[in-house]
Amino acid sequence: MAMTATIGRAHADPHHIGLVVEHPGPAPKRTVTAYGFWVFLLSDIVMFSCFFAAYAVLVSQTADGPKGSEIFEQRNVAIETVCLLLSSFTCGMASIAADVRNRFWFYLGMAVTCLLGVIFLVIEFREFADLVSRGYGPSRSAFLTAFFSLVGCHGLHVSAGVLWLLTMMAQVFAKGFRADVLRRMMCFALFWHALDIIWVGVFSVVYLLGSGV
Amino acid sequence: MSDQTHMNGEHDIAPGDEEQHSVGERIVGYVVGLGLALLLTATSFFIAGTDLVWQPSIPVALIVLAIAQMGVHLVFFLHITTGPDNTNNVLALAFGLLVVFLVVGGTVWIMGHLNQNMPPMDQFIRMHS
Repeated sequence: MAMTATIGRAHADPHHIGLVVEHPGPAPKRTVTAYGFWVFLLSDIVMFSCFFAAYAVLVSQTADGPKGSEIFEQRNVAIETVCLLLSSFTCGMASIAADVRNRFWFYLGMAVTCLLGVIFLVIEFREFADLVSRGYGPSRSAFLTAFFSLVGCHGLHVSAGVLWLLTMMAQVFAKGFRADVLRRMMCFALFWHALDIIWVGVFSVVYLLGSGV
Repeated sequence: MSDQTHMNGEHDIAPGDEEQHSVGERIVGYVVGLGLALLLTATSFFIAGTDLVWQPSIPVALIVLAIAQMGVHLVFFLHITTGPDNTNNVLALAFGLLVVFLVVGGTVWIMGHLNQNMPPMDQFIRMHS
């Protein structure tokens, strides 16, 4: 009788909010680690939202300098976007390969991810260098300060991601698919996908909205 | 704290992890996500440069497309679902989004009003002369 009551409640309450499971024990370490990293990523996104807010406020304060539509090149941004999107996909392939412990596909997926990330960084660096050489550096106007900090902060994250990616390849090479290495790999995949989400915001708000202003 | 049993019925699932699927199904998930994301990206770039649509609708369309693409990334790449094993992940995400909307929305709102109520002096003189 008590049994049926419990089962009935479980069906009415799929999220187990009212149901006390007897001694479920601690969650697996993989879940705990990934959840902690997830909370870090969300706080990272909150930090980016501050840069977005600053950009939105300062976008029209050009101090007679160039407007966004005068300095943005849509073609470069499209290439950068496709690079990051494809790298997110190959990163997913690498994490599947890590889960089934297939070294070849893991190395291949990570190498392609790294290559696409580096292409992204090179294009972005050349865009920045070009702007600075034309006198449109971050000190030119409040708009350019906000632009360089927002896009540069994302670029720094991608650079850190590339370093982390190479570290993961080296760790798998040296230590194999150990449980702790797999946990790090899972955190790296979360990080890389989150960077792509932030880039969606950057190219929509900064480059596409900015090109119409 | 076992490492291997990360698909336990009673427990929450780690963000980024999927429920038990075959490799083929997981790859199909990523391919679908990539296809949708590329489609939304292409639409964004097309909308931004076109004069086929009513111009004032373009910023709204771009923001809607961006939010849609972020949703696609969350579902197909980060595997955030509405299932009971994902409650904690979704709640953390919801709180993060709340803070993001407060920060961005609040800043744009307040600074917009400040701009309107306290224009620079030359603009102020033009308005009142």
